[in-house]
Amino acid sequence: MAKITAGIATSHVPAVGAAIDMGRTEEDYWKPMFEGYEFSKNWIKDNNPDVAIIVYNDHASYFGMEIMPTFAVGVAESFEICDEGYGPRPVPSVEGAPELATHLAASLILDDFDLTVLNVLEVDHGLTVPMSLMFGTPDKWPTKVIPLAVNVVMYPQPSGERCLSIGKAIGRAVAEFDEGLNVQIWGTGGMSHQIQGARAGLINLPWDQKFMDDLINEPEVLQYKPHLEYMREAGSEGVELIMWLIMRGALGDQVEEVYRFNHVPASNTSVGHLILTPKDVA
Amino acid sequence: MKPDFDQFEDLPGTTIFTIEKAREGFHFNEFCMSLRKEENRKRFLADERSYLDEWEMTEDQKQAVLTRDFQKMLDSGGNVYFLSKIFAAEGLSYVQAVSTMTDMDVKEYQAMMLSGGRNIEGWRSKKERGEA
Ligand SMILES: [Fe+2]
Repeated sequence: MAKITAGIATSHVPAVGAAIDMGRTEEDYWKPMFEGYEFSKNWIKDNNPDVAIIVYNDHASYFGMEIMPTFAVGVAESFEICDEGYGPRPVPSVEGAPELATHLAASLILDDFDLTVLNVLEVDHGLTVPMSLMFGTPDKWPTKVIPLAVNVVMYPQPSGERCLSIGKAIGRAVAEFDEGLNVQIWGTGGMSHQIQGARAGLINLPWDQKFMDDLINEPEVLQYKPHLEYMREAGSEGVELIMWLIMRGALGDQVEEVYRFNHVPASNTSVGHLILTPKDVA
Repeated sequence: MKPDFDQFEDLPGTTIFTIEKAREGFHFNEFCMSLRKEENRKRFLADERSYLDEWEMTEDQKQAVLTRDFQKMLDSGGNVYFLSKIFAAEGLSYVQAVSTMTDMDVKEYQAMMLSGGRNIEGWRSKKERGEA
């Protein structure tokens, strides 16, 4: 049986990807942020997953407004890298996990989550920046990936309750897959940031830290936080944090905090990062 | 559940991209999406006006693009991730483009970010600021 062995949460700031791609990680501006991921890069060497389910959002990179799915799962053999306007990031294409992905998509649909199924998908910084942060710059990514794209760009986004509960359903679906796979779930995006309007540049670090605490200890309460509160307290783009609830839901009732990191700023954003493991896993 | 789009109006200096706004900005955002292709970026930068005229956009939206008035682009249904294709075509970063929507120049904006970002105190609500 497949098992979810860990959850990783991390911001997915595009400028972080650019800093990696241009070899600027040692610069004074970037160094303290990248140092915060050194622990994680070492940790994942010892805990490399067979498959990572990466919950992320597309930033008008593959999906425009012609089709805007609320939840969509990539079931393809591989996923190419989007051109987001600067040319595609020079990173390897991402290998899919079609067998687990189709099982997952089917399980979720049968559990009443009306998913969109993606046989073709190009992925953007929302998915690739977390991979770069965790794995560095390999010639080939060391894990297969199931992309789970969530609409966080257009209101109404899915509710926090829906996100936590689809996470729980993901946990059940993985546990019911017959092959013995080591599976991780990653929740990406956030933390507080606003990249538009006169209020741009908003950061609310105390709120971010409380969010992390609540995510770990009280997800059943946190799920009811309305979109308006994310937008007010963590900025209009801070609403991305609902994706962390999906990760948390897949980990079960209780989790162990393996690692936590916060850093301000990366570009316009408060960077947050967690590694959690489910408590029932030895 | 009946949608409440008005709830966002109390947020100061913020335009929430709702499903209604997305409808208003559909053709505009389609234009932005076209700039994901290098050949279109070149064509756009070579002659912005005629490139814009290929799209079913309002004159206001076109003017906002030509003058790089990002706030006006947001007001007429644009969303920042779509707009990023415009400033990416010119090789500008998010910080460079986003700072133009504030009352700071890019240096001041960067200094604010380095000192911990915009403090939320005073920025939670229009009511609190006496703007509504
Ligand atoms: Fe994002």
